[in-house]
Amino acid sequence: MNEMTKLTAKDFATDQEVRWCPGCGDYAVLKAVQRTMPELGVRPENVVFVSGIGCSSRFPYYMETYGFHTIHGRAPTFATGIKLANPELDVWIITGDGDALSIGGNHTMHVLRRNLDCQILLFNNEIYGLTKGQYSPTSRAGTRSPSTPFGSVDRPVSPCAFALGSGARFVARGIDVHKNLPDVLKAAHGHRGASFIEIYQNCVVYNDDVFAPFTARENSGNQLWLKPGEPMLFAGGARGIALDRDALALRVVDVEGGDWQSAGVLVHDPKNRSIAHMLVEMPFGTFPTALGVIYEDPAPTFESAVIEQNAKAAVGKTPNLQALVGKGQSWEVTKEPHVI
Amino acid sequence: MATATHFVTPEEAASDAPLEAVVVRFAGDSGDGMQLTGGQFTLSTALAGNDFATFPDFPAEIRAPQGTTFGVSAFQINFGSSAIETAGDAPDVLVAMNPAALRVNVDALKPGGLIIADVGEFGPRNLAKAGYDSNPLEDGSLAKWQLISFNISQLTMDAVKPFGLGNKEALRSKNMWTLGLALWMFDRDKAPIEEWLKTKFAKAPELAEANIAALRAGHAYGETAEIGGQIPQRHIDPAPAEPGLYRTVTGAEAISIGLVAGAQLAGLKMFFGGYPITPASAILHHLSRLKEYNVTTFQAEDEIAAIGSAIGASFAGSLGVTSSSGPGIALKQEAMGLAIITELPLVIINSQRGGPSTGLPTKTEQSDLYQAVYGRNGDAPMPVIAARSPADAFDCAIEACRIATQYMTPVMLLTDGYIANAAEPWKVPDMSGYAPFPARFHDEVPAEGEGVNPYARDEKLKRVWIKPGTPGLTHRIGGIEKNVGTGHIDYAPANHQKMTDIRADKVLGIRDGIPEQEVTLGAEGGRLAVVGWGSTFGPIHQAVRRARGRGEDVSHIHIRHIWPLPRNLGDLLRAYDRVIVPEMNTGQLKTVLRDQYLVDARPVTKVSGQPFKIAEIEAAIEEALQ
Repeated sequence: MNEMTKLTAKDFATDQEVRWCPGCGDYAVLKAVQRTMPELGVRPENVVFVSGIGCSSRFPYYMETYGFHTIHGRAPTFATGIKLANPELDVWIITGDGDALSIGGNHTMHVLRRNLDCQILLFNNEIYGLTKGQYSPTSRAGTRSPSTPFGSVDRPVSPCAFALGSGARFVARGIDVHKNLPDVLKAAHGHRGASFIEIYQNCVVYNDDVFAPFTARENSGNQLWLKPGEPMLFAGGARGIALDRDALALRVVDVEGGDWQSAGVLVHDPKNRSIAHMLVEMPFGTFPTALGVIYEDPAPTFESAVIEQNAKAAVGKTPNLQALVGKGQSWEVTKEPHVI
Repeated sequence: MATATHFVTPEEAASDAPLEAVVVRFAGDSGDGMQLTGGQFTLSTALAGNDFATFPDFPAEIRAPQGTTFGVSAFQINFGSSAIETAGDAPDVLVAMNPAALRVNVDALKPGGLIIADVGEFGPRNLAKAGYDSNPLEDGSLAKWQLISFNISQLTMDAVKPFGLGNKEALRSKNMWTLGLALWMFDRDKAPIEEWLKTKFAKAPELAEANIAALRAGHAYGETAEIGGQIPQRHIDPAPAEPGLYRTVTGAEAISIGLVAGAQLAGLKMFFGGYPITPASAILHHLSRLKEYNVTTFQAEDEIAAIGSAIGASFAGSLGVTSSSGPGIALKQEAMGLAIITELPLVIINSQRGGPSTGLPTKTEQSDLYQAVYGRNGDAPMPVIAARSPADAFDCAIEACRIATQYMTPVMLLTDGYIANAAEPWKVPDMSGYAPFPARFHDEVPAEGEGVNPYARDEKLKRVWIKPGTPGLTHRIGGIEKNVGTGHIDYAPANHQKMTDIRADKVLGIRDGIPEQEVTLGAEGGRLAVVGWGSTFGPIHQAVRRARGRGEDVSHIHIRHIWPLPRNLGDLLRAYDRVIVPEMNTGQLKTVLRDQYLVDARPVTKVSGQPFKIAEIEAAIEEALQ
């Protein structure tokens, strides 16, 4: 492949047999990523997919790029080393709800607060698939599973709220099978810094249709797709999100005749962190699910800060091994050794 | 322990003890600055040309309650005019800055040894805190030692009065007063210490002046008639040493610059991922100041992130290094397994400390040998090497980098709290004498129709290292077993057998690239071999030397390569009637030797958090020879 060749999705697919369950949402995400890659203008050799452990973490084996399938929950740590060692590489982290928010919650928090330039695709299916169906940290209270036969009693974590709380500068949501997913991926790739994307991914075997109330075609009216500078409308424009200024809370308003202004519908400003917090915490049912780029406000990246500081610290210093070993408090012995 | 720098003559080897050597222990409250006093006294010892070894012994608590026995911090130095290999069994001189320091340390003092105590701190409160019913300076309980006591606190305050410091601040200079007295006792030059104080307090010249005044007052106190005759001044001649440039070095420093040298000899950038832990943090601190050597340091969020980032950096083409101590190493074990199965270079430094669990964070132990050799899930062979002294740690760090990059494997370097903190003189090596071992990145694109196999190997079974960013060689690696021929996921039984065998054979093959085991002191065969590893080198060497001086048929064998063991070791051990293995654990190397060679290796163990004394090893030798 030379520089001039226009790459296609096929150029990013390996010859390996994909081993997810038939009907798994992971197939759709894989296709979306492979289709998006050529549009990003990246060369396969400059891309690294890093994953932890779980169904989704097999992802790198199917991408014809460099890939590292690591250990459970720790993908962000390997990604950090890769990016610091070679900042030119385009690093993608593939993780799941258990991988990123249970065993690896600590690393997810730190990679986000440091703002390492990478894309983090969190496949949220609200269940442990690979270990055969135990409830996960994103499972709703009352989830019945092999480890919680009487229903789970702990409350779930919201991935996007966790990301915002950790200091993420890019937070987005997508749906495995939705046509908008490539646009979300492109926006994430365009963002310099850690881009966090929660992808609602259907586990056909252990948690089928758990997101159907907003992902099913007939329920698409429950999807609020956010676009910068545009009003927060859903249900075909019949409803919108407004701010109750007294309660400092969001509310759903009806929009009549397309007059969203008079209904008080908010215009999406991705830099508004407070509204972003409210959008990701909207309880489903009374509210739709916020999707697309919810928050984006770039900040300097970790690796650029490290490189800058390293360069600064090295200014005026000439590396000299001989001088280094002889550094510090030294003395000269001149006499020949005497025999005792 | 500066063995490499000394010519040990047969006469010296036969002599009972070094001709002239003194052991001094400075002990005080953790806030009294004893480590600083010891460090500067060490510098002055080095400048006087004596050989020496030090043993800093301090509490885990940062600021333990004042005056308590558990807040006592001590620094011991053994120096002399011939080879010094241990910090000394028993002090000749004990400087006790308060009752607690006296209580904790006095029993170690040689009978007839000298106690110098600060009367100013021996008030009723401090005596009670140390558990004394009556004042030991007055009640005759110290009769078997020489006792000199005077009010160091008051003398210090008098000396620094002109600088207008408050009492509390003035008393901080007590350690410099004491150091001044010690410098006089051993006929040392104060000028280098004064220079050091000026640099240290460059931003607060009045503090520099006050400390210099205290130092001079202590020195003058020794000189004047006030105690004349009580403290004899002693001059210890320089130790014979090869001519050349020397410096003092601690294990942590030696490892840091050894890693830098190792990465440079491999032609690689170094990435160091660390997480603060005692006593390993000093390596992170040292390396974070060496950016001009293409070193990137990263303080990770935890031990796992530290090793994960290092492995990631190795995948990307740097030399990944991580460092920790026992509990942190335990956390890293899963990631080590990944580095083993993905066959990436990685250096792991383990500064061992007392365990299990948090154990004794600031005390030394060698109890992580099992964890190093037998750790991790699955059959996960990993090379292990052990440094025997601070200076030796430099060469061991280079050796770890060499093995890691030449065999594409993680390597663990074992040191311990004693090596990390202790200082010794080190003849500055000539770096042109170190042969480079450049790492090679694979960049040949396979022929059309042929896949990339990241597990293609050379005759040493080393796999190819392909840097991401290399066109035409995209590939995936990971923790799942891979096909021996293609590098793709493969769970087949025969394939797993093959890959497991290859991983074991590759690591065992490292034996072919390391020196055969030599006898460190003594004959190749005979009645008794004393086999050691790591920081027990000094006491074992001295004990064997003394036993040989008495005509005993005993030899010292010290093992650097713990895994794989040197090719000839089994035959060598079988050439002795008996084998004893002194270790600061409950017998871990002993187990490995028995397992590998079916030799009747007998354990000599100590797990008190303190290094072996020469006398303890001598006793074990006598017992084994009976």
